[in-house]
Amino acid sequence: MLGFLTRTRGRRRADLTDWLAWGFLLLGVLLMLGPVLWIVLSSFKTEAALQEYPPTLLPLATETVVVEGHAEPLPLFRVTEGEHAGRVLAQVRRVGLVAQMIDPADPATRIDVNIAAREPVREVDVATENYTTLFSRFNFLLYFWNSTFITVVATILTVLFNSMAAFALSKYKFRGRTVVFLLIIATLMIPPTINLVPIFLVVSQLGLVNSPWGVIWPAIATPTGVFLLRQYMLTIPDDLLDAARMDHASEWRVYWRIVMPLSAPALAVLVLFSVMWRWNEFLWPLIVLNRAEEFTLQLALNSFQGELQTSWSNLLAMTVLTLLPITIVFAVLQKYITQGIAQAGVK
Amino acid sequence: MARLELRGLVKDYVDLRTIHGVDLEIEDGTFCVFVGPSGCGKSTLLRMIAGLEEITDGDLLIDGQRVNEQRASERGLAMVFQTYALYPHMTVRQNLAFGLENIKTPKPEIESRIAEAARMLQLEAYLDRRPTQLSGGQRQRVAIGRAVVREPRVFLFDEPLSNLDAELRVTMRGEIADLHRRLGNTMIYVTHDQVEAMTMADKIVVLRAGRIEQAGAPLDLYNTPANRFVAGFIGSPRMNFVTCTVETATAEGLALRDAAGRRYLAGVVPDGLTPGDKVELGMRPEHLRVGGEEGHAVEVQAIEQLGGDCYLYCRAEDGLALTAHLSGQTGIRRGEVARIAFDPAYAHVFTAADGAALRRRVVGEAVPA
Repeated sequence: MLGFLTRTRGRRRADLTDWLAWGFLLLGVLLMLGPVLWIVLSSFKTEAALQEYPPTLLPLATETVVVEGHAEPLPLFRVTEGEHAGRVLAQVRRVGLVAQMIDPADPATRIDVNIAAREPVREVDVATENYTTLFSRFNFLLYFWNSTFITVVATILTVLFNSMAAFALSKYKFRGRTVVFLLIIATLMIPPTINLVPIFLVVSQLGLVNSPWGVIWPAIATPTGVFLLRQYMLTIPDDLLDAARMDHASEWRVYWRIVMPLSAPALAVLVLFSVMWRWNEFLWPLIVLNRAEEFTLQLALNSFQGELQTSWSNLLAMTVLTLLPITIVFAVLQKYITQGIAQAGVK
Repeated sequence: MARLELRGLVKDYVDLRTIHGVDLEIEDGTFCVFVGPSGCGKSTLLRMIAGLEEITDGDLLIDGQRVNEQRASERGLAMVFQTYALYPHMTVRQNLAFGLENIKTPKPEIESRIAEAARMLQLEAYLDRRPTQLSGGQRQRVAIGRAVVREPRVFLFDEPLSNLDAELRVTMRGEIADLHRRLGNTMIYVTHDQVEAMTMADKIVVLRAGRIEQAGAPLDLYNTPANRFVAGFIGSPRMNFVTCTVETATAEGLALRDAAGRRYLAGVVPDGLTPGDKVELGMRPEHLRVGGEEGHAVEVQAIEQLGGDCYLYCRAEDGLALTAHLSGQTGIRRGEVARIAFDPAYAHVFTAADGAALRRRVVGEAVPA
């Protein structure tokens, strides 16, 4: 790994191109991972820390101490100037520009310090309550289940329907085959926003409003999926299908036992796309699902943003949890995608 | 038992007719080879028999039963493809089992049939490998094994050896012929290689442009080709052809003369030919004698000495090219002028009009030299 990272262009020391490559790649990493890292770190900040200016990278909070005679824990400050410089004191209250402070070891004596002459003692404080309240106060698991159900079912149906259409369009010769294919592709040219109203009318006529099926059914027939799979299936030799037919295989078995396994790389790509589309979909569920108990994660996230106030800490925590499954799916499937591309390249 | 009968089979692609009414009978247990130049329709004909191509017109009968409307899977045939068409995502064992699983053969039965086929084709060591891990010859054997385990009524082979190198091709040729001897099934074999056809077939069907030119036993086609096309196609190196004019026609045969004035005699039945008619004279390379005192003078342009045989490529002054095949070795050198002679009894004569062969008066190798 280290050898790989420190590999240089020439045989000797790092060349200018090495520095440029490194710089470019680092910039890329920063651009890609920076926002994600920012969200993850911020999701562990308390609401107060989130409001802080200037913002800190790590989730920091002022250290507190419990002092006899005071009900609330008192924040600790380090005095920077004046006669008490260097001492760590607990602040009782602030009056104007003066902070009234006490030494936790000697709570009886009051010390007045100018607020400019002290700085808070900070420690890394991970606000896990951002996450726990998602489960206790908000019904995170319900939204998670709604999203998962829609994503899984829609993906299975998408793969099934699209692959059957692609199989017919790539392996059967029938009158109007090209026309059908072009029609399917042509739907790519229609912006989705134009379809919203007609599809909503159909969905509401079918009584699917406020049902996950109202999100699933309109989504499963994707021209992209049909196109992707058809192009891949064209590369499967017809002889294989003929051989299977000679082997007494019905057309269904030809599809299921020969064409589907051989299309695995293209199917993996479609699964990945479909999972991303359905998981991240926002506009259509927003229209179809109005009841809070049918909300997907994306809709729940949206509902955190109130008209008057936004619970940023919970919003960020939920965002992180929403990102996780799709990251895992991508990590698992990306191997098959590169495999598929590599195989297609060799053949 | 499987006897095939093709009655007036026709295949149309949109508005192009590729098979023009083929009539053929293939007796049970026959090794029948379809041979012809590429694009002659031999593979199409095979796929029509297999059920992979629709039959536009005519009847296909297997054991007297019309099967035009039956699907490929219902006809009880097995096919070996030129590209092997092994399922790449399955192991050899799964490849062999696939067809049997489809007809719900009991597990133990599948096992025993695979074991039997693997033993016969020496595949035991590879049963758990994927096709991509096998060599060309091994893949070919798996493809044959897949046909064998099904115990089909008829085996169909679509140019199965064309992807193999020359040496392997000879070996596999022997194995397929051996398989036919052991199983005794009817087999139909498509090839464009007339050597394969000659060495393996009980019956050769020569096709051209969707029509049968001639069908018969290999030596019958060799000795009595029905027309100029079959004569040119069967036999390697090709038969030499000379365009001639009939000088005299008697019951004994024809006296011919070519454009350069060379004279030839041909022992064929004249069949109504009269002096002045144009004909094509055909001479097999092995029937030419080179280096004697008689005959026409030609220049030897190239010699291939194989040790046991030699081939001489000769050219006459007027450009007439002749190939001669001699047994053994020859002392003739490249560039020498030699005399080529020809025994009239071996002559093949074809009418210039339609290429039909005239009947030879004496046929075959019984002819005195």
